[in-house]
Amino acid sequence: MIEVKDVRKRFGEQEVLKGITSQFLPGQTNLIIGKSGSGKTVLIKCIVGLMIPDEGEILYDGRDFTKMTIKEKKELRKELGMLFQGNALFDSLTVEENVRFPLDMFTKMTLKEKTDRVNEVLSRVNLQGANNKYPSQTSGGMQKRTGIARAIVMNPKYLFCDEPNSGLDPKTAIVIDELIREITLENNITTIINTHDMNSVIGAGDKILFLHQGNKEWEGNNKTLFETDNVELNSFIFASEFLKEAKEVRLRKMRGL
Amino acid sequence: MKGGWIFHIGRYVKLLGSLFTKPERRAMYWKETARMMSDFGIGSLLIVIIISFFIGAVSAVQFAYNLSDSLVPMYFVGYVVKESMILEFAPTVTCLILAGKIGSNIASELGTMRLTEQIDALEIMGINTSSYLVGPKIVAAITMIPLLVIIAAFTGIVGGGIASVSSGYLSQAEYLQGVQSFFVAFNVRVMIIKAVVFGFILTSVSCYQGFYASGSAIEIGKASTRAVVISCILVLLADYVLAWMLL
Ligand SMILES: Nc1ncnc2c1ncn2[C@@H]1O[C@H](COP(=O)(O)OP(=O)(O)OP(=O)(O)O)[C@@H](O)[C@H]1O
Ligand SMILES: [Mg+2]
Repeated sequence: MIEVKDVRKRFGEQEVLKGITSQFLPGQTNLIIGKSGSGKTVLIKCIVGLMIPDEGEILYDGRDFTKMTIKEKKELRKELGMLFQGNALFDSLTVEENVRFPLDMFTKMTLKEKTDRVNEVLSRVNLQGANNKYPSQTSGGMQKRTGIARAIVMNPKYLFCDEPNSGLDPKTAIVIDELIREITLENNITTIINTHDMNSVIGAGDKILFLHQGNKEWEGNNKTLFETDNVELNSFIFASEFLKEAKEVRLRKMRGL
Repeated sequence: MKGGWIFHIGRYVKLLGSLFTKPERRAMYWKETARMMSDFGIGSLLIVIIISFFIGAVSAVQFAYNLSDSLVPMYFVGYVVKESMILEFAPTVTCLILAGKIGSNIASELGTMRLTEQIDALEIMGINTSSYLVGPKIVAAITMIPLLVIIAAFTGIVGGGIASVSSGYLSQAEYLQGVQSFFVAFNVRVMIIKAVVFGFILTSVSCYQGFYASGSAIEIGKASTRAVVISCILVLLADYVLAWMLL
């Protein structure tokens, strides 16, 4: 479980996070949603320690990340995987070497053991056979899968995904969402996903945290989402006419019309 | 780049300070060092040979032309080419060229890694990014650049010989006599010291520029230009300081 308590972050005059408090449970996909610029990336970066919050606590199963020594942070980071918005794969390494990198760096496994583990993970994300390609020689969807494979190769307890399906076609996006969800359930990972993709919100929203202008505007799940009368959330969800209509159809059905 | 020069010097020193941390896994650092060594060494060999050959050739022919009507014996051509290659042309000119080649390479590689979040990805894994990304480059530079400089000196002397002998100013025997006369081992040591210092300057400055790149892709271009310009100026400045200190 990850808890954030009253996390604040400002850049100069601009207060980007105005005191966020929430909890993210293991074995479910926790979503952070919100408009572009609402502070999703900043929040996730504060949680993983790529940015240091000005105030507040970040607890990984009770361990306060902000108060850890460098050594303790290094230890914790081995339990943590992250998929970046632009994948952040190492250009100079092949798909296999990318996925093997954390194993090379942090484990004492033999090459055989490492290769076996890499192949296991690659087949988990349906990437068998791409081992010797360079990231630039693979498609966007394959790069995402490589990124996921690299993030989970060390069996993380915590998984972070910043916009996992940006730049993908809707169908591939759903496949990636489901993949993350399955891996989360299989290994009881605490997964936090940043997204503004409504498909994922509806499909994978076990818990949803809605950020608006740096505040926690609403919290719930993909069931309570459609019943809320929160104005900002409704304007976010039903930004498109199509969805607005879909909601009305759904409401009419619910009322048995 | 924002911030005053004191801020940059402070951050530069801090970046270098992080090199003295314990590597997560030594083998991975060596692997990266070997990759950089072949990058720097083999990647720059051809250009260093071509340029130093012509520098040697041109300085030999021009000096021979100036000597041809004087009383100074012609074998001096060999001597002068040797001395000027070893003391100045090989270390300084080679490092200015390498500042352009290796420096811009480093800055754009690290800048790209910064902007595409590859550095963040390393950070998340718990790797000390500054020491993993900067350390191997500096180690590779201060071993390979002196080698390149020695090769440059040798090629320059050979080039001078070929050019001056083939244009008939002096015989091969005279040129070789000049090269072998008044040999001062200390000058070779100065050359190697210069190569190490210049190599350190140009890699560390370029690493700094790339590592702290921020913003958009345009910024990467600017960072690598800055890396080259600042490296060149500092190499020339260091050349002056070393000449003053050592000679
Ligand atoms: N390093 C930084 N320095 C200054 N301001 C920043 C920095 N990072 C983010 N911000 C500001 O913080 C605000 C929130 O940015 P953030 O990247 O978290 O948005 P987001 O919700 O992730 O948006 P998107 O959906 O477009 O990715 C923005 O207004 C941005 O300008
Ligand atoms: Mg974002």
